[in-house]
Parts: sequence; C-alpha cells; structure tokens
Amino acid sequence: MNLFKSGTFHGGVHPAGNKRWTEQKKVEVLPIPPQVIIPVQQHIGAPSKAVVEKGAVVRIGDPVSEAGGFVSVPAHASISGTVSAVEERMHPLGSPVLSIVIDGDGEENWNPDIGYQADYLSLDRAIMLDRIRAAGLAGMGGATFPTHVKLAPPAGKTIDAVILNGAECEPYLTADHRLMLEKSKEILLGLQLMVKILGAAKAAIGIEKNKPDAIQAMKKGVAELNLPYEVIALPVKYPQGAEKQLIKAVTDREVPSGGLPMDVGCVVQNVGTSAAVYEAIACRRPVIDRVVTVTGTGVREPKNVLARIGTPYSFVLEQCGGMAENAGKLIMGGPMMGLAQVSLDIPVIKGTSGILILDAREGRRREEQVCISCAHCIDACPMGLMPKMIAAFVKKGRLNDAEAYQVLDCIECGSCAYVCPAHINLVHWLRYGKSEIIRAKRKAG
Amino acid sequence: MEHTFYVSSSPHIQDRESIPRIMFSVTASLLPAAGYSVYLFGWRALWIMLLSIAACVITEAVAQKMMKKPITISDGSALLTGLLLAFNVSAQVPLYLPVIGGIFAIAVGKQVFGGLGFNPMNPALLGRAFLLASWPTHMTVFSEAVPRGSTVSGIDVITSATPLNVFKQAKEVLAHASDYPVEKVNQAHEAVGQLYDNLDTLFVGQIGGCIGETSVLFLLIGAVYLLYKRYIGWEIPGSYIGSVAVLAWIFGGSEGLFSGNILFHVFAGGLMLGAFYMATDMVTSPLTRKGRLIFGAGCGVITVLIRVVGGYPEGVSYSILLMNLLVPVIDRSTRPKVFGGAKKS
Repeated sequence: MNLFKSGTFHGGVHPAGNKRWTEQKKVEVLPIPPQVIIPVQQHIGAPSKAVVEKGAVVRIGDPVSEAGGFVSVPAHASISGTVSAVEERMHPLGSPVLSIVIDGDGEENWNPDIGYQADYLSLDRAIMLDRIRAAGLAGMGGATFPTHVKLAPPAGKTIDAVILNGAECEPYLTADHRLMLEKSKEILLGLQLMVKILGAAKAAIGIEKNKPDAIQAMKKGVAELNLPYEVIALPVKYPQGAEKQLIKAVTDREVPSGGLPMDVGCVVQNVGTSAAVYEAIACRRPVIDRVVTVTGTGVREPKNVLARIGTPYSFVLEQCGGMAENAGKLIMGGPMMGLAQVSLDIPVIKGTSGILILDAREGRRREEQVCISCAHCIDACPMGLMPKMIAAFVKKGRLNDAEAYQVLDCIECGSCAYVCPAHINLVHWLRYGKSEIIRAKRKAG
Repeated sequence: MEHTFYVSSSPHIQDRESIPRIMFSVTASLLPAAGYSVYLFGWRALWIMLLSIAACVITEAVAQKMMKKPITISDGSALLTGLLLAFNVSAQVPLYLPVIGGIFAIAVGKQVFGGLGFNPMNPALLGRAFLLASWPTHMTVFSEAVPRGSTVSGIDVITSATPLNVFKQAKEVLAHASDYPVEKVNQAHEAVGQLYDNLDTLFVGQIGGCIGETSVLFLLIGAVYLLYKRYIGWEIPGSYIGSVAVLAWIFGGSEGLFSGNILFHVFAGGLMLGAFYMATDMVTSPLTRKGRLIFGAGCGVITVLIRVVGGYPEGVSYSILLMNLLVPVIDRSTRPKVFGGAKKS
C-alpha cells in the first residue's frame, strides 16, 4: 500500500551534519533547577496572561498563565514552589518579556489532575482539542505555532494527510532523533489522535535517511501498534524539514505561494509535538519539559537533556560540563535558523530544540565582499527565489521590486547565505525586506 | 558566568567557499593548458603570460589606490583576467601588447564600472578586442608559432596559419572556383582535406593559434575539474558548443549545406577556451539555468555567423562580448519558477 507519492524540492544545501556528538547519547533527565523563568510568550500569537501573583504556591502542571486569544496558549509551572516574581525578564527572542519566576521547594508536587486515563481514545473531539490547548502545546520543532489551531482548520478545508516531521535537517540537533528512538510509541499514539481529530485519511512520518535507527524504530512502532501509517525515508538535504518542502517531499503537493499547508490538505506536526499531544490527551499532562540538544565545540560535554521549561541556560550548561573557554556564539536552535543570544540568563522555552555553542572562530561571520553573480544562492533557494536580486533591491530601498520577486515567499532557511562565496548575509536582507513590506502594508491598512 | 558572545542573524555557519578560492581554482584549472602552450610556443609564451598578469594586478592596485578604495588584488580576480588575456593573444605579439591589453582590461573593462562584480563584459575579452582593433596585424600573425610537423597547407598566406584561417581562405577559393586558376582550387581542396584528416592534432593542440586556445585536450582537463567543483555549470558550455556543432554542420561546410565537419569546428579556434572559461565568467553570465542555456546558444549562433559569414575567421570573443551585454535582459526574462507558483492574491 503506497498512499503517498513522493516528490523532491528544488535547491537546498548540504552543510556538515555534526550530529555525531550527541546522536548516540540517551536523553538525560536534568535535575530540577532551583529556579525557573516562565515567559508568557513562548508561542506565535497573542501573549498569554499571567494568572498568578508573587507569593503564590504552585504545583508542577498548575497553569501560571491563560491563553490571551484563540491563537495563544497557557503556560504552566514546571517545578513546584513559590512564585517569587512576575516581572519582565530577558527572553530568547531578544527583548524582555513578562515572566513568572518560580523558586523551587526542592520537592516534586504534581497537580493531581495529571494522570493516565485508559479510555482516552473515546473522548470527544472537542475535549481532545481542549486538552491540547489547555496543555499549552505549541509546535516543538521550534516554530511554536499553537497546536490546537493547526488541528482545527476552518470550515471548508479538509485535511486528508497528517505528516509528522522527523526530518531534523538542522545540523547539530538530535533531540527529535533521540525522541523517535526513545518515545516512538508516544509519538505514534499522538499521531493517531491527531488523525482522529482531523478525520484524515492517511498519515506519514518523514525522516531523513541519516537516521536509519530512527526509521527502524518508527517502522517497528507502526507494526507493533498496528497503525496504517507510513514511515518515509527522505533524502538528506537542508531544509528537508521545512514545512512546505516536507509536504512536497512526502506528497508531491506544493503549498501555493502565500498559502498554508491546509490549502493542499495537509497538516504537519513535529514528532515532539506529537508525543506531547498524546500526553496532553491521555494524561492531561501540560508541556513542562522538553528534549534539548546541548552541543557544539563550545560545550564540554555535549548531550541530549530533558529540561524543565524555564530552566536557565546557565543551569543546563553546568550539567553539561560547562562552557569551553573559546566559546564564541550562543544559539537557541540549530546553526541555520537558530537565534544568537547575548547571555546565559535566558530560559529554555517550548521551542528550544537546541542550545548550540560555537567557538569564536566558527561563530564569527566572515567579512562581506561584493557579489560576483555566481548564482549559487539562486541554485540553493528551496523556494525558487533569486536572493541576489532581492537583496540588491532591498539594499536600494526598492521594495516594490523585491515584492515582485516574491520576497514574501522566503522561508528564511538561510541556504542562500550559507553558500554565498562573498559571505553576504542574504537572508538578513530578505528578512529585512519582508518586514518592511509587511509594515508598509499594515500602515496602508 | 560572565561571557561575551558574538551576535548575528542566522545562519551561523557558512560554506567554506570564497571568492579567492574560486578565482585561484579557475586559475589552477588553466595551468595544464598554460604549461602546454609553453611547450608548444616556447618561453615567450610564459613571458607574455607573466607580463599580462603583472599588468592586470598592478593596474588593479593603482586604480583602487587612486579611487581610495580597498586594494583587493589578493582575491585573484586580476590574476585570472591577466592569464586569460594572455591566453587570447598570439605568442608572436610584441611584448608591450599584453601589458597595454592588461591595463585596458582592468582599467576600462573593470575598474571604471566599480570593480569586481560590476563589469558588464568579460575584462579579458574586452582587452583582447581592444588589442585586435588597435594592432590588427600583430594580433593576427601566428606564422612562427606554427610548430614542426603541423598541418599548414599549400595556401600561400602562411602568416595567418590557424586552422580556421586556412579553412576560411580555402572556402573562399572553393566558393568562387571559376575565378581562380585550377591549381589554386586543387590546393584549396587539399587544404580542407588535410584539416579534416588531422583532427587528432587539432585535439591535442599542435596547431597555430593564440597562446592558450590551441589544446582542446588540456582545456578539457581543466574544465572537468571546474565542472566537478561546480565553479561552472554544464549549461553554458553545453548549449554553446552544442549550437556551434549543429550550426557548423548545417552552414559551416565547404560544399554547401549540411557538409560541415562538426569536430573540426568544435575543436578549432577559441571555442573550448571561450565556452568553458570565458562565457562562464560568473559576473558576466546569466543567473539562472534557463538563462545560461539561452546565453550559450546565443554565443554559438554569433560565433558561427562570424566564422561563416563575417570577415574574421574566428568569432568566439566577439560573440561572448555581445552576449555579455544581453545578460541583464536575459536575467529579467528567465526568472525561475517560484515554489508554489505565483503569488496567491
């Protein structure tokens, strides 16, 4: 039975994987940190609203904020203890965000509502969605889009395929890889629930071929649970795990420009999100921890850890042998799309798939030179754009031309800037062009 | 744990590629052909190469100094231009010619436009065109360059003995056979026959011609390396050589339509050098695959047009220069297909 027709996307790049440092290492459960910092904004959409005040006593899994709209999710206490502050703290996205700071009581007091319910599969669809929302689920691959929104497409949109993203195409990161090995059943049970919620006809798990053990583990899981899902081995090519490129690779459908996956009948979820969906529905367990790959030449003991949400980077690094002396760049996420950080005083949030530290030599961008029109950026662009032309337009303020060259389709994967022999940070210019165009549009109404 | 980190926007890793790496690799790929030219034409060829390179590199440094710009001669681009310019002149030119050509190529062909990346035409070819227009006799004398054992026919103009030149003159005689004495016509027949019979010599490059253009074999060795390293794509050389082959077969023969000898036309003259090393110049060739195919085909059409109809025996350099000027138009009309099609409105 072959329900899927595979395709491949144009372009892409082949950066060194650098996954060998952590791919064989089992996920290590980190000790409970003495303090966690839980920002009200850990997802795309409206920030959540704090529902606790300084001095409040919280258990693990208690909500500390409530959704601030439909596209919003609550946050939960990840340790038990006392709220010591509700104030602005530095956030991985770069600016201070209101955060709930909890000082731990050194114990593990859980919210008693959390627990396995055997008949969870017979729950009503609305209850399932509500549990997902209440668990604070947002895409754990890094994009952090609220999961319940993706699972409730507007009327008139039918979803026939659910695709699990196990590509993990970002170099260095192995969090999803380890999860697929160690929690394959939870991932598949989560997928089963999402297929049920969406009424989809089929489902597949896409995994890059550089993780043969994960492919085997998922195939084994599918067979043992007797589920009709396909495990698809994908070519190793960045950005294989980008949503549109993954859909193309698995179904040969192209999400139209400016459109969403549901326009071609697909919903894509990260494997980590899927496991969390299972725990949210079957156990009413909110997102209080996640697997983080702590790696790079700047980390003494690279490993995969299960960290509580809100754990400061400094604490995580202490558990990984500390930082090497030549540490030069701190990144949340992978090296292609991750965000550079200025300090270790920021917390792990729901989208923190990795903490990557590069040494000073690697971390420094090489000096920008003139474009020699080699067109490597055009060959590399997985969206079929002409980054060289668009960057030149944006530099000159010609936003109309940039828009005509479809800069808004840029997925900011960084392939263009990765290959550029003149070291021009093309994606930076495209990103800037996008934001300027969107701002001008908002202004115009 | 107080620590200072670098901060920049993603991506945080970069490919090892760089402009100097590309320029020096292309230069290195030309070394087999350069070595062969010294074997073929003697030390004079080496002197011309060194003078041309020196002229280009010094001109670049002086021009940048005068314009108070950073001096970028270490990027290897002027070096490459100098070598390519030397490849495009005869080993018999006076030694001041490559110097003047190099100065012109860099000063007028490159720096006045803003330097590397901004020149509309290939600087080396522009330098050659300038020299050809200014010293046409020097630039077309190849007599002493013809080594022993090569195939110079009985045609009387021995001073322009490149295979294409011999061919052009023989063809001229054959086309108007009634105007010429019988022995002359016979000689022309014999000349064409000899040319066609000695394709192997043509392939190895034991013939008259410009310093770097003669050896198909050694140019191909370098080209394979460049294709492997992806510094050039197959599109431009493919469509260029392909279109020359087809058009030369149809129109390039001495006995009417469809009598052309494909291999002769492909191996002779500067086509290999032009198609693999000059037309593929990143700065002056189109950005997209489709654009590169059109560009190469255009070069092929103009090359054959000049060889068959025009006044020069060879048209590679002019064809590339002319197509260089069309690149902005080609780029605008060959945008790649965007993933997901045009914008949904």
